[in-house]
Amino acid sequence: MEPIKPEKIILQVVVVLTALLLLVRLFSMQVMDTSYQTMAKDNIIREVTVYPSRGLVFDRDNNLIVNNLAVYDLMAIPRQVQNLDTTKFCRLLNINRDEFYKNSARMEAAAGYSPYRPQVFMKQISADVYDRMQEYLYQFPGFFTQIRTIRQYNCHNAAHVLGYIGEVNQMQIDTSNYYRMGDYVGVSGIERSYEEQLRGERGTKLMIVDVHNREVGSYKNGEEDIEAIAGQDLHLTIDMELQAYAEEIMQHKRGSIVAIEPATGEILALVSAPSYDPNLLTGPQRGDGMRMLNADSLKPMFNRALMAFYPPGSTFKPLMGLVAMQETGIGSHYYFACNGAYRLGRRTVGCHYHASCYGIETAIQHSCNSYFCHLFKLFVENDKFSNVSEGLIKWKAYLNEFGLGNSSYLDLPALSGYVPSPERYDRMYGKKRWKAVSLISLGIGQGELGVTPLQLANMTAIIANKGTFYYPHVVRPNTKDPKHKYNQLHKVSIDHKYFTAIINGMEKVVLYGTGKTAYRAGLDICGKTGTAQNPHGEDHSLFIAFAPKNNPKIAVAVMVENGGKGKKYAAPIASLVIEKYLNDSIAPYRKALEARMMKANLISPRPRIYSEPLEEEEEDLITTIYLPYTDGTATAPLSVPEQINSKTTQQVSATEPAAGNAVPVQINNDLKVPIPGVIKAQPLQPPPDGN
Amino acid sequence: MSSHNTTIDWVLVFTYLLLVTIGWLAVYTADYNELHPEIYYLGSSYGKQLLWIGIALLLGFCIQILDTRFYTAFSYIIYATSLVSLIVVLLVGSTISGSKSWIKLGFFNAQPAEVAKFATSLALARYISSLGHIFYSLRERLIAIGILLIPIILIRLEDETGSALVFASLSFVLYREGILPGGVLLMGVLAIILFITSLLLPFYYIMASVAVLLLLILLMRGKTGIWEKLLTYLPVVVAVITASLYLNEVVLLIVLPILFLIALLFALYTQKATYTLLALFLASFIYVKGVDFIYNHVLERHQQNRIGVVLGTIEDNKGAGYNVNQSKIAIGSGGLTGKGYLQGTQNKGNFVPELSTDFIFCTIGEEFGFAGSATVIGLFVFFLLRIILLAERQKSRFTRIYAYCVACIIFFHFTVNIGMTIGLMPVIGIPLPFISYGGSGLMGFSILFFILIKLDSERYMYLR
Repeated sequence: MEPIKPEKIILQVVVVLTALLLLVRLFSMQVMDTSYQTMAKDNIIREVTVYPSRGLVFDRDNNLIVNNLAVYDLMAIPRQVQNLDTTKFCRLLNINRDEFYKNSARMEAAAGYSPYRPQVFMKQISADVYDRMQEYLYQFPGFFTQIRTIRQYNCHNAAHVLGYIGEVNQMQIDTSNYYRMGDYVGVSGIERSYEEQLRGERGTKLMIVDVHNREVGSYKNGEEDIEAIAGQDLHLTIDMELQAYAEEIMQHKRGSIVAIEPATGEILALVSAPSYDPNLLTGPQRGDGMRMLNADSLKPMFNRALMAFYPPGSTFKPLMGLVAMQETGIGSHYYFACNGAYRLGRRTVGCHYHASCYGIETAIQHSCNSYFCHLFKLFVENDKFSNVSEGLIKWKAYLNEFGLGNSSYLDLPALSGYVPSPERYDRMYGKKRWKAVSLISLGIGQGELGVTPLQLANMTAIIANKGTFYYPHVVRPNTKDPKHKYNQLHKVSIDHKYFTAIINGMEKVVLYGTGKTAYRAGLDICGKTGTAQNPHGEDHSLFIAFAPKNNPKIAVAVMVENGGKGKKYAAPIASLVIEKYLNDSIAPYRKALEARMMKANLISPRPRIYSEPLEEEEEDLITTIYLPYTDGTATAPLSVPEQINSKTTQQVSATEPAAGNAVPVQINNDLKVPIPGVIKAQPLQPPPDGN
Repeated sequence: MSSHNTTIDWVLVFTYLLLVTIGWLAVYTADYNELHPEIYYLGSSYGKQLLWIGIALLLGFCIQILDTRFYTAFSYIIYATSLVSLIVVLLVGSTISGSKSWIKLGFFNAQPAEVAKFATSLALARYISSLGHIFYSLRERLIAIGILLIPIILIRLEDETGSALVFASLSFVLYREGILPGGVLLMGVLAIILFITSLLLPFYYIMASVAVLLLLILLMRGKTGIWEKLLTYLPVVVAVITASLYLNEVVLLIVLPILFLIALLFALYTQKATYTLLALFLASFIYVKGVDFIYNHVLERHQQNRIGVVLGTIEDNKGAGYNVNQSKIAIGSGGLTGKGYLQGTQNKGNFVPELSTDFIFCTIGEEFGFAGSATVIGLFVFFLLRIILLAERQKSRFTRIYAYCVACIIFFHFTVNIGMTIGLMPVIGIPLPFISYGGSGLMGFSILFFILIKLDSERYMYLR
């Protein structure tokens, strides 16, 4: 037998060896390795997401204000959709063919689209469509419904506190390991800041599907299912009645009201005007509501109470007085002559005509610009500091203690405002090329200072408490743990004794000073007016107040954009809010004032857009005639010069004379009509100013 | 030609029919449509496949009727026609799943590459057999290689890398007929092995393996008979395969057995072993170093990635890796006896893409388990060995060469297709002969096969 040539057998050897190799591999895969069986099983197990119900929200009085409403999303697994009877399908869904194709196109264009995985075909179908659909769903393979919950509001107020929810965006999906496409997440308000408590934990249910992808039962009797954990309920500190009242009084105006309970730091009301109804941003009308609110040039979605920076103006003076007393050692009876203006170098800060200030009390009462400019200079150029920068840093530190220039203490998304630091002036003027005179207007709350209404309210609460405070918050902590952020008592480093003079001064503001329009007999309101110059037109009207003087129950900051002088709108509004909170109702004799404030329309016509002649003047004291009401209990102060002042009358009464400032003419019929001109001394009526 | 000379190899034809039947059953379960369970429903792939099988059998019958000399006489013309159609498809072809290799003919899309397979086989057989001697001049060798290279280039231009590689397998035929020296073929295989291993294993492992391999060859030199040498190796091969059962590593499963095979062949060939082996060791050393250098310093990042995904060093379960992953799950979950016909959850869940075509083996693996896949593999091995046996029994060189071509083509398809479904081979979309759905493929393989049957049936006649 001749030797076998290799080329004759080589292919046979290779064929056999290869087959052997394949068989070995197949044997190890199919017979020895059982992991593939598990993987195949995983393929036929459908994971059904169980969405937790979002936490409920209650108000201060434990009324349910936000709850959940079940809606159904119509889902589709495109790969399984076969022989779809489009006409019937559309009729059941109450949509036309165009909408059907639009929905399909949108589904296929969505990020993360896969024909093998469930996709949202139509969102939030109504309950009756759902019932009808359930009956016929078997005729449409590949379609199924998934329950979701949306928010339902039992009130029409506090939209800015409550916020709203929306679908997560790609960035949130990428940065978090919780969210998945189509999840809802809080976008603003407490929905956003308390997202983790509210959302709960998603669960999963494992279902076995047969070869036709029909669910035949739960996998391992639900042993491996993960229960959804419902979100935690929240209890707001907001007094919905007060909130509604404050919102009503701010109608037709831009601005905000923040009311805080000084003893606890709980926010009683937080208004940003113009506001909107939270129901606009939920349910099927959400898209239209969102478009409408976004298109509104008044920006109703913008939370002015937390996001807008305003110069505090004269409302800053009490704080300026406090820090100056603490740091420079001047007593409360420190005297500084006003002389109608504060002159420093070439700079002049005008002041209005008022009686001499024999101490800090009267300075606050009269809101003397010169006095506080001087205090500011005393502070920052004090011999204690090696230079002005150091002084300014110290000044800034005090402001920070009072919550200005910071907002992290709040449990809502808020901006921190702006308290200038020396670097700012180094940039503006050059290093060491500036002195107190360059920034003197900071002393009267103007200049580079920017605060939010919430910060003003918080500052007022701190003053009302004489230096101690809790961080302001809108949600009550659900624990008594003293380490909890909102259960900790804080204290500013201002000596307790200095507050007395300041508070007395603030009382005098309301009794005899610039804020007499905030006077309400029996409430012991202490306040401070502010008139913030700004480049957007008419001055902003500001007022901070707390009441009663001893044992304060409420601290309020009112901000009316382009409202003119502080006493014109902000002060009366603040007094009404305080009265509403303390007395639960407005005294009949003040109904006229209430009506005037509610009807005042500062939005239309547009506020002036040309700027004022530049002068750093503060509120001038205006002769006020008190119009006593027939019941003779108190008076509604009315400032005469404002009525004749052409710019204000033009602004307010031109288009809507019935809602202007001319009180006597438009008081509701059921109210007691004041008798103009009868001046009658009242026991509770504050005596007219000294001037 | 007289009738008593005509002896059709019924064993082979029967095996063919068995494979085609299994194929149709597999296609039926792969594309099973419960709305149309009837087998002749032409809207379904199994209905069409049934039609194709009928046409293929008819065609097979026609092929038997034609005179044998037709195939020898027309081989060049058929070859030239197929080349023209390859060029035409390049110019006016339609692109289906990434490759521009289809011509649309009404309801049927033809793939000229399938025709080129038997055309090239015929041309190669005709040319080599026409030379009449076995001492080839360089010119003759180059022409033979050229016959092979032209379709490879044209098909590669159509982006049908898989089919182009099928033609490369025909170089074995050149070796069998002495056109290509065995050494060249072996060096080529060794180069591929070393290329892959150098990217997978540390340098010292590879060089150690090469050294052991060459030493083994040295030791083997004394043995004279081929069976004697083969027996020396067998325990080693068995040991490696057994070890790889537990390690389950691609490297061990493919590379080591092939290295031993190379050792065996070298031992058969080399006479002046010592120097040759030393030179080989040095060459391997430089080659492995060079591959490493090129991979790390010359290739771009995306090219590295592509190679990495094929070799499994880069995980990719979403792109190309998805198919293989799902295919492995399908086959692996079959167990010993499978989930039962029409009961495969992977198949029915449409988890494996290209199920009825390139990944048809999944249906067999899943629904009939290891028993089913072993049966199909056994049938193919029997089929291939039978063809090789048939080739070696030919008097006529033409038939022998043609038969080897058929064996090479089917073997390549078989190895790569099943290999890729179980993750041993990179995914290059080529069908499993007679099993995969597809008119063009079935026609091509059937014509290839029936011409062989016809040629073999007249093996007592001398063809050239």
